[in-house]
Amino acid sequence: MINFHYARANDVTDAVRQIGGDANAKFVAGGTNLIDLMKMDVERPTTVIDITRLPLKQIERTPDGGLRIGALVRNTDLAYHPLVEERYPVLASAIMAGASQQLRNMASTGGNLLQRTRCAYFYDTATPCNKRKPGSGCSAIDGQNRMHAILGGSDACIATHPSDMCVALAVLEARVHVASESGDRVIPFADFHRLPGKTPQRDTDLDGGEIITAVELPPKGFAANYTYLKIRDRLSYAFALVSVAVGLELDGDTIKEGRFALGGVAHKPWRDQQAEAALRGRPAKAATFARAADALLRDAKGYAHNTFKIDLARRCIVRALTQAARGTPQSQSSKKIV
Amino acid sequence: MTSYIGTATSRVDGIAKVTGAAKYAAEFNAPGLLYGSIVTSMIAKGRITRIDPSAAVRVEGVIDVLTHENRPPMADDDNAYKDEVAPLGSPFRPLYDDRIAFNGQPIALVVAETSEVARFAASLVRVDCEEEPHVTDVNRDAAVPVKSPTNPFEALFAPPKTRGRPEQALAAAAVRHAGEYYVPIEHHNPMELFAATAMYEADGRLTVYDKTQGVQNVQRHICSAFGIEPEDVRVMSPFMGGGFGVGLRPQFEAVLAVMAARALRRSVRVVLTRPQMYVLGYRPAMTQRIAIGASKRGTLEAITHDAITVTSQHEDFFRQETGWSGLLYTCANASYAHKLAKLDLPTPCDMRCPSAATGVYALECAMDELAVALRLDPLELRLRCYSERDQNNDRPFGSKALRECYRQGAEAFGWNKRNPEPRSMRDGGDLVGWGMATGVWDAFQAPITVRIVLSANGHAEVACATSDIGTGTYTIMAQVAADMLGLPLENISIKLGDSSLPQSPVEGGSWIAVSVCNAIATTAGAVRDELLRLAKQVPGSPLANIAPGEVALADGMLVGKGDPSRSVSIADAMRHGAVDRIEQEKTTSPADDPARAHNTHAATFAEVKVDDELGVIRVTRVVSAVAAGRILNTKTASSQILGSVVWGIGMALHEETLIDHRLGRVTNANIAEYHVPVNADINDIKVIFVEEPDDSNPLGVKGVGEIGIVGVAAAIANAVYHATGRRVRDLPITLDKLRL
Ligand SMILES: Cc1cc2nc3c(=O)[nH]c(=O)nc-3n(C[C@H](O)[C@H](O)[C@H](O)COP(=O)(O)OP(=O)(O)OC[C@H]3O[C@@H](n4cnc5c(N)ncnc54)[C@H](O)[C@@H]3O)c2cc1C
Ligand code: SF4
Repeated sequence: MINFHYARANDVTDAVRQIGGDANAKFVAGGTNLIDLMKMDVERPTTVIDITRLPLKQIERTPDGGLRIGALVRNTDLAYHPLVEERYPVLASAIMAGASQQLRNMASTGGNLLQRTRCAYFYDTATPCNKRKPGSGCSAIDGQNRMHAILGGSDACIATHPSDMCVALAVLEARVHVASESGDRVIPFADFHRLPGKTPQRDTDLDGGEIITAVELPPKGFAANYTYLKIRDRLSYAFALVSVAVGLELDGDTIKEGRFALGGVAHKPWRDQQAEAALRGRPAKAATFARAADALLRDAKGYAHNTFKIDLARRCIVRALTQAARGTPQSQSSKKIV
Repeated sequence: MTSYIGTATSRVDGIAKVTGAAKYAAEFNAPGLLYGSIVTSMIAKGRITRIDPSAAVRVEGVIDVLTHENRPPMADDDNAYKDEVAPLGSPFRPLYDDRIAFNGQPIALVVAETSEVARFAASLVRVDCEEEPHVTDVNRDAAVPVKSPTNPFEALFAPPKTRGRPEQALAAAAVRHAGEYYVPIEHHNPMELFAATAMYEADGRLTVYDKTQGVQNVQRHICSAFGIEPEDVRVMSPFMGGGFGVGLRPQFEAVLAVMAARALRRSVRVVLTRPQMYVLGYRPAMTQRIAIGASKRGTLEAITHDAITVTSQHEDFFRQETGWSGLLYTCANASYAHKLAKLDLPTPCDMRCPSAATGVYALECAMDELAVALRLDPLELRLRCYSERDQNNDRPFGSKALRECYRQGAEAFGWNKRNPEPRSMRDGGDLVGWGMATGVWDAFQAPITVRIVLSANGHAEVACATSDIGTGTYTIMAQVAADMLGLPLENISIKLGDSSLPQSPVEGGSWIAVSVCNAIATTAGAVRDELLRLAKQVPGSPLANIAPGEVALADGMLVGKGDPSRSVSIADAMRHGAVDRIEQEKTTSPADDPARAHNTHAATFAEVKVDDELGVIRVTRVVSAVAAGRILNTKTASSQILGSVVWGIGMALHEETLIDHRLGRVTNANIAEYHVPVNADINDIKVIFVEEPDDSNPLGVKGVGEIGIVGVAAAIANAVYHATGRRVRDLPITLDKLRL
């Protein structure tokens, strides 16, 4: 861990001014990811700008009937917010599937989006890792890759994005509001996280000088037919091997609109137009779900230790779509899979 | 008289622990305390060619950087580093020379005025190494047979002799099963980080607060490593946040803290980081092959058990991994083989029920597979080959109530409702599986010394250098002392975890409860005898011509056993004798009883529910029935078994230290990524203690710290088979291995 300066930002303008003037500065919100990485010498900011006093803690209705979630809303507060529980239960469920109560109490909405991969090599400065040290090589491709990507990886990196919350946000087609000294912009969720390509050091579309101010949810919440199904190596407090967030709009037994995103399988929450097209207008039954799963996994590629994820993902997709269609979403407290 | 022994007495140190009054090794302070941060190697094997601390030294607040180049002198003879439980070989010595023997090896200590500065400066120490090829993966071909024992301690671990003609008997058996089973490296992961605070006293003496299971073991180690006299070092460990075996041998935090304190003549604290905890000892990975031959009736004809376990290049660590297979069941022909794979890793060490947890796992899975082959209920198979004698040494047991464990455990579990067919039991989309397994462990007793000081006001101090590693030793010592001295529990104060107290072995092997409690009973007897001597001198003493065996201490009095009206109070006896305290110190040794075997036993029954599409496993019920002699405290003993069962669930489903063999480096060296069970993984666990009278020691006690884990992983693996029809022989059973 290196020595660093501590600074505090008073408002958004102050925060972006401070970060804009210092390429080696980092914001800290809940600190549950940044501080860990600093202790491991992976993140080495010379200044840490505390943004926890910024007025970004509100959850408000938007004029179009959606919801605007301040970047500093804690994961726990978001998951238990009555409007979220009622209208966006897939988001509440995904958050509750992640981390532990203590971590969720600290973690912020913005920080959750920006949490970094849990690839063991990324965390260990004794090993090569293109994401941590561009050009040093990827230790995972020929090493331990049980937790790694089966979709969208590159020769440079096969890390996964570890967030559960983001998988639900992908299904909900959230919009990320960011601000910087040069102005504000809104990023569609699908464009927020990147694929590794040749520059795995860049996880997102966010620029060094930008701050996330809010995450906006469009009105459509799929409250009737949704689920978040997470499969992991123990029944709580572990990152996903595979997770699936689903939102369905049904017309009787026919799927009017079906969205589903996967966590734990790629560098970003994974959605696939072709797979979702395979749901549209079709009967909500196993054969339909299986076709959609096959479509999504058509280019899946396994490595020495994670090939099992392809078949697991297929089964999870079918099961999750079944749960959503039946209106029996997965409970995050009872560990029996419905 | 017994009023505390056998009850569910709450921990006497419970309030101190929950209020934070109980202090742990890293919580003791001294004026001007310095903080040490350890720099570790990033290669698995080689030589340090250059170590450059200059950037670290320049940081404000850094006092010194210790390396092999500038450390104070240390002994150069292996024997100086041998400790009470050291295996054969050459013990690791921190900062000794330029050799790197394992990845993560401590190679420098940065000492600074704050821990933050020390840690920052540690990241600035530049180390250049010359790397050499390393091997960290079990290489079967290169494994070597374990060496013959050179002393009685080592003899405990030598594979038993072959009996009968196992190969022929196996070939001739009507039904055979052979299988290969694997248990990976596992780490102890106690909550408390290893830490030592070495207090440098004005006269140069040292008081070292260390996290250890053996204060005297550490004291001797430090004395011989640095050439210090015993009276100049005192080692203390009043409380421990989990040991599980990793604190049995002196660890390098203590050596480094002492090294820095002596070099700088200041008090120094060294605390390991969580990743650094993964270069302490570990449970050695074990690959093993078991073959069993049986008659059609389900009696055993032959059993062979071959194992390879992992050790370091510098020491041969191994335990009795194979011998359990020939001990447990009646079988005329048995053979064992045990080889070591010597790797570029730290030396393994004892971890809760070392050898039995892994060896019996394989045996009990193999027995289950045999039961399937015989179309016999797995419990019925165990009963058909039940053994009343220790098969390895052909001798009776001091006591063995395993049959009762089977009976009571099966009844509590409802075993008789089991449908033997795999995949036959269901709960909605879940496949339900029921499995069982036997557990066995040693009932050791070790020489130990206890001092009791009884004051005229009816308070007693009981002292012994043993440790309470969280198991409840303070509490059971107080219970036994209170009963033996006839005093209320509140009048007993326990002193332990201090090297200046009477002799104790390390706290391990489940031998402390039986050893220290019997020693308390003996010493209390000596106190009673001395009191009786004084009481007889009281004018007109009602106890004038009574024999020592005919009096007991009760309610602050010496009382005639046959005639309670004959009594003298402790206060009166001491007043007339003109003494205000009675001090007695006695050493007890285990009765030399080679004619009988001394073991604890258990039967575990487990229920799993497995999602039939996704393979997610939930352990929904466990019943553990234990026979471990007389239970001193039902509450703390149950907690030991509960904790063991939880650990067994982790062993079955979660635990595995991952090593990238290209780098020779642990890749999940933290407790987010090294999985142990969390609350969600644990459901209903029922603990049963069956009656087991035993006269091997006066109190009839055996230890319960370890037996609870043995067989749990097998019971779960067997239940998973019963649920799914899939036999997974390498642990942990993760859902990808099920391939449903
Ligand atoms: C042991 C463990 C287990 C976990 N398990 C899970 C799990 O199962 N599922 C899961 O989803 N998550 C899990 N997490 C991750 C957890 O969800 C994240 O650590 C958390 O969401 C990060 O939020 P934070 O506010 O603490 O971020 P911080 O650590 O404060 O920040 C993270 C990053 O975001 C940046 N940042 C923060 N806020 C902003 C902002 N407003 N604008 C711009 N940049 C910002 C910081 O500079 C930093 O780079 C786990 C974490 C741990 C430690
Ligand atoms: S997968 Fe990505 S994060 Fe992991 S080692 Fe390779 S480059 Fe680094």
